[in-house]
Parts: sequence; structure tokens; C-alpha cells
Amino acid sequence: MSRAETAAAVRTPRPLWTFGLLRSELLTTFRRWRTLALLGVLAAVPVLVGIAVRIETGDGGSFGGPGGGGEAGGGGPAFISQVSNNGLFLVFTALAATLPFFLPMAVGVVAGDAIAGEAGAGTLRYLLVAPAGRTRLLLTKYAAVLAFCLAATLVVALSALAVGALLFPLGDLTTISGTRIGYAEGLGRALLIALTVAASLVGLAALGLFVSTLTGSGIAAMATTVGLLITVQILDQIPQLHAVQPYFFSHYWLSFADLMREPVYWDDLVRNLGLQALYAAVFGSAAWARFTAKDITA
Amino acid sequence: MAPYASDDSTTAAQAREPGTRRRRAARYAVPVAVTGVAAATIGLVPALADSGDPDLPDITAQQLIEKTVASDTQRLSGTVKISTDLGLPDLGGLAGGMAGGLASGSPGRGEGGSAADPSAKLTELVSGTHTLRVAVDGPDRQKLSVLENAAEYSLIRDGEDVWGYDSASNEVYHATVPRSADERTKEHRTVPATPRELAEEALKAVDDTTSVTVDGTAQVAGRDAYKLLIEPRQEGSTVGAISIAVDARTGVPLKFTLTPAGGGAAVVDAGFTQVSFAEPAASTFDFTPPEGAKITEADEAAGAPERAPGRAPESGKEPAGGPGGPTVVGEGWNAVAAFDTGGGGLPTGSAGGDLGGFLGSFGDRVKGDFGTGTVFTTRLVNALITEDGKVYAGAVTKEALVKAADAAR
Repeated sequence: MSRAETAAAVRTPRPLWTFGLLRSELLTTFRRWRTLALLGVLAAVPVLVGIAVRIETGDGGSFGGPGGGGEAGGGGPAFISQVSNNGLFLVFTALAATLPFFLPMAVGVVAGDAIAGEAGAGTLRYLLVAPAGRTRLLLTKYAAVLAFCLAATLVVALSALAVGALLFPLGDLTTISGTRIGYAEGLGRALLIALTVAASLVGLAALGLFVSTLTGSGIAAMATTVGLLITVQILDQIPQLHAVQPYFFSHYWLSFADLMREPVYWDDLVRNLGLQALYAAVFGSAAWARFTAKDITA
Repeated sequence: MAPYASDDSTTAAQAREPGTRRRRAARYAVPVAVTGVAAATIGLVPALADSGDPDLPDITAQQLIEKTVASDTQRLSGTVKISTDLGLPDLGGLAGGMAGGLASGSPGRGEGGSAADPSAKLTELVSGTHTLRVAVDGPDRQKLSVLENAAEYSLIRDGEDVWGYDSASNEVYHATVPRSADERTKEHRTVPATPRELAEEALKAVDDTTSVTVDGTAQVAGRDAYKLLIEPRQEGSTVGAISIAVDARTGVPLKFTLTPAGGGAAVVDAGFTQVSFAEPAASTFDFTPPEGAKITEADEAAGAPERAPGRAPESGKEPAGGPGGPTVVGEGWNAVAAFDTGGGGLPTGSAGGDLGGFLGSFGDRVKGDFGTGTVFTTRLVNALITEDGKVYAGAVTKEALVKAADAAR
């Protein structure tokens, strides 16, 4: 009788509990100085790019154009030649500049720290004392990491939008297919691109979470995740490996630029999202298998 | 009671131990299963989607060609994938870069050149795999886009205006053409890019040296199509077969494949991966140069002295200096173009120094009644450069090339 009552008492407030757990998890994540510093660095990238382009094109020329620098389109991240004509392009340039390294590195740090950091600080067992269950704790941790992916991407996009509006003219823009779209639609596409970039990090987040369940040291998990990221990025550049490259989580990252075509070219975008879902499923379930089965000693 | 209970639970825990461990290990089956399902899906879905050739009424080659020629499809849009493997070393970027460099007078891109110059840009299609987008609305409105990484090159014809727009460098090329259906943008399209153009080129060559048959059916871009197979009847050609998939309903060529006689992968494989015969959106063909873009007018560009539009380096070398244009030796598939450069031919290792040795290392030395020369081979086109400065080139084997040179002597 008393057992059943206890079980019922534990089970009734489940939705609220999950929400409370998630909220406390989000607060812990976003209150950390480390997280704030990472977001600060990310926000600084568009500022730097914007000022650099502004100085370079102070005489009214366009960046990367005549006399601007060598090969056509060879210099700098995608879209950079358009930034001086329309500030909205700074959003795309900044995302293209941060997606290969800065953004995933920040996500790798947060994801790697998720479980291993708690274990390293000796707080994991106290979290598990709460009647949430390991599966739910893991899901909450993953949700917090995903929230960080989105927040980090939006920080870059919003910072770029603000800097672009301050330093460069705004108005109708030309898609890379040569057609014109209005500023409102351009903003809509910028938002869509930011969401796509955030979704591109889902796979890496799951990978980082899995690594995080393997070790009790937060630093080791972060280093492993970021190391894996760099390794995969390098392998993705080796032409002899072209047969396996479509299965690297970073392979289709830059496909977000396809949203700027008219009509939008969906093939690679869909592949990217499918690949991220696959990584999330594989490494998410691997993290679950490991985390629910392991002995918590710290 | 308490000691018993404690003892009891301990034994129970010990008894549970192996079972628990097995259950824990079983959890790892989940990620393994997910991986397996994903791998199976990736492996099987293309195989399942390729669910055999469609069942279409029989048709003769003659009827099929007529259907193609009679096709009055004026509107279409779609995505084309084109792969070219000439067996050259990967010159894609190099050739494009050199052509671009020639066109602009590198390094500082002089007055005349533009990254948006169509002839320079389309040279890049000669090697590698590219994704193109095509939209056609009648004879006066066409658009061809080359999809690049986070950039795109668009060639738009809207009435009298032809615009080339290179989004990577934000440069615009502009030319005007007469508003007539005949002249088209042919001169601006040095590389036939759509399956239709490729097919038209191939069908021109049909005569008694050629066998043309209908080779079953296929699915291309989700549409039922007949396969037209064109094979040379003559010996000595490097062309193995040309296969053209023709849409059964509209008669529009959907896929073009050129396989070499020597076997292996197709030399040219161009086909729609997605096609629609609905009217493309009118905005597709509207083009206003974006702010700050550098615009090059075709007239200005033509006036610039150092411009050599779109010549790949090799072709620039051959015809330019030749007193007297090319003469054609042989007929049908074995036609060989002969040029007389009038010069001393290819510098050989001893005479030409480093450059000669370098070039010579790419080719084979051959001897014949014509003298000696060097044969440069690719998977499709072979060229013989003799020591007295004659150049023979064609889609024929090395032996046929030597024979043609002997015959010309």
C-alpha cells in the first residue's frame, strides 16, 4: 500500500518535473561564465568581419572584387563579396565563417561537459538521487545542449544583423541565382538559414553527449569531441576518401547556402538534415545505452 | 527479521547480477540496430527505387527520332547533372583558371575580362561533375545556372539581353543578341549543356556509318523514356556508344551518355535528375544587376586587346597560328581534323629544353610514313603532333590517327 502510494506520488508530477529539470539545466548551462564567454566570442566574429569589410571597401568598391584579392570567390567565406552592398549578407557570411569551426567548437565544449562535467564535479550522483530517472536526465541534458546550439547560432545571426544594419546599406537583395527578393523575404530566409545552421549541429551535439557519458572528466570529453570535429573536417578535405565523405556529419554543413538560390535547391539540405537525424539517433541511443547501464561512482 | 531481510536482499542481488549485466549489454543493441537499419536503408532504397524499366509500346528508331525532332516543347525547367571524364588530369580548376586568366590578362584582371564571362566560365564544365539548372520559356527566354559551393553562375537570356552573373565575385557580364529564334545564344554556349543540344549534335552524324537502334526503355527523372542507342559501324573510333533517353510523352531528350570504345565509365554523362514541363516562373528570367556589381559589356570586352575568349589552353595553341584552317581527313566517325601550324612542330626533348621534355612526357612517340610525331591521348580525343608541325586530332584510336596522317601525306 505504502509502496504504491510512493510510486504514485513520484509519477504524478512528471510533466512538471521534466520542465523543472530542464529549466534548472538551462539556467546552469547559460549562467556559466564559460558559456557566456563562448557566446561573446561568437558575437564578436560578425563584428570583426563587418569592420574588416568596411575598412577594405571604404572607397566604395566591393570586397573581393577588382583589386580586392586574386581569384574570383577564392578569398574569404561565402557571400563576402556582397556584404558591402547589403548588410543582410553579413548574416550569411558570419554563419559561413563560424559554422566550420567556432560554432561546433562551442557546441562540443557544452555537449562534452554535459554528463562528464557533472561526474567530474561530483554532482552527478546528487542529480540521480532526484526521482527523475537516468533516461529523463539524459534527455534533459540533450535538450539543454540543443538549446545552446540554437542560442549560439542566433547570437551570431543577430550580432551580424545588427552590425550589418549599422555599417552597410539595407534593402532588396539579389539571390545567388540572380533574382531579386524583398528585404522582408530576405530576413525570412536569414532566419531559415539560422535554423538550418542550428539543426546542422544536432549530430555533433549527440556525438558530444555520447563521448561525455564515456568518461568522468569534463575536460577529456570536451577535448575528444573537439578533436573528433577537427579530424572529421580534415578527412572531409581528402579527395581519396570521397566514398565515405557523404557520411561525415560536417559534409553538408555549407548546404545552408542553397536556401539563397531561387528556386531553393533542396537536395543537399534534406541530406544534411537526414544525416543529422541519423547521428542523433545513433549516438543518442548509444549515449542512452551507456548512461543507463554504467555505474555512477562520482 | 532485519538480518534475514538484509541477507535475503544480498543474495537476490547476487543472483540478479548476470541477468542485469546481460540486460545492460542488450541496451547497446539499440544503437547497433539503428546503424544497421540506416545502412540497410541507404543500401536498399536506391535499389528499390530502380524498380525496373517501364513498359512502353514498341517503337522504331525512325519514329523515335521523328518524335524528338517534332517535339514542340517550348517550356521546361529542371536540374541537370553532368559528369565529364575525358581522362585528363584534373584540369577543371586549372583550365578554368587559365581560361579566365587569358580572358582577363591576369593577374590583376585587366579591363576586358570578367569572372562572369560565359565562355570562360563554361569551360569549367569540361571536367568533373556539375549540377546545372535549366529553365526554358520559348525561344527568347532561357536560363542556365551552374550550381557551385555557396555560389552560382547564371546565364540568363531575356529577349535581347544576355546576362552572365557570377555570385561568388559579384560580377556581371552583359551582351545583346538579336531577338530571333534562329540565332539563339549559340555563340555564347560553347559547351552544349542541355541533353537536347547534345542529342541534336549526335543526331546530325547519322548516316550509313552509324547504327541507330532503340535499346529498350528507362526511367529518367521519374519519367518513362525510350533509349536511343547510336553506335559507330566503323573500326577505329574511340566512341563506343551514345545512348540518349527520350521522354516517351514529349519527345524531349532527358539523358545523354557517351561511353568510350575502350570501356570504363562514361566520358560524358548528362541527364535531368528532375524535370518539369510547366511554365517556369516569370521572375526566373528577370535580372537586374545588383548594387555594387562590376558590369562588363560584351562590346568593351571584345575590344580589349589581350582577350582570348574561352579558349582552353590546348585549343588556343592549335588553330591560332595556323596558316590555313583545318582540313578534315576521313569520314564519319573516323574524321580527323588536320592543321598545319607551319611551325617546327613540338619541341622535342633535346631541342625544346625543359618545356619540350615536359610536354613529351605526356605523349607517346610514334613513327610512320609521315615521319615521327607525338600522340597525346585522352579517353575520347587523341591528337598527333608531327615533327614538321602538323596536328591531327579526332575521336579515333592512335592507329587510325597514324593511318590518317599517312594518308594525308
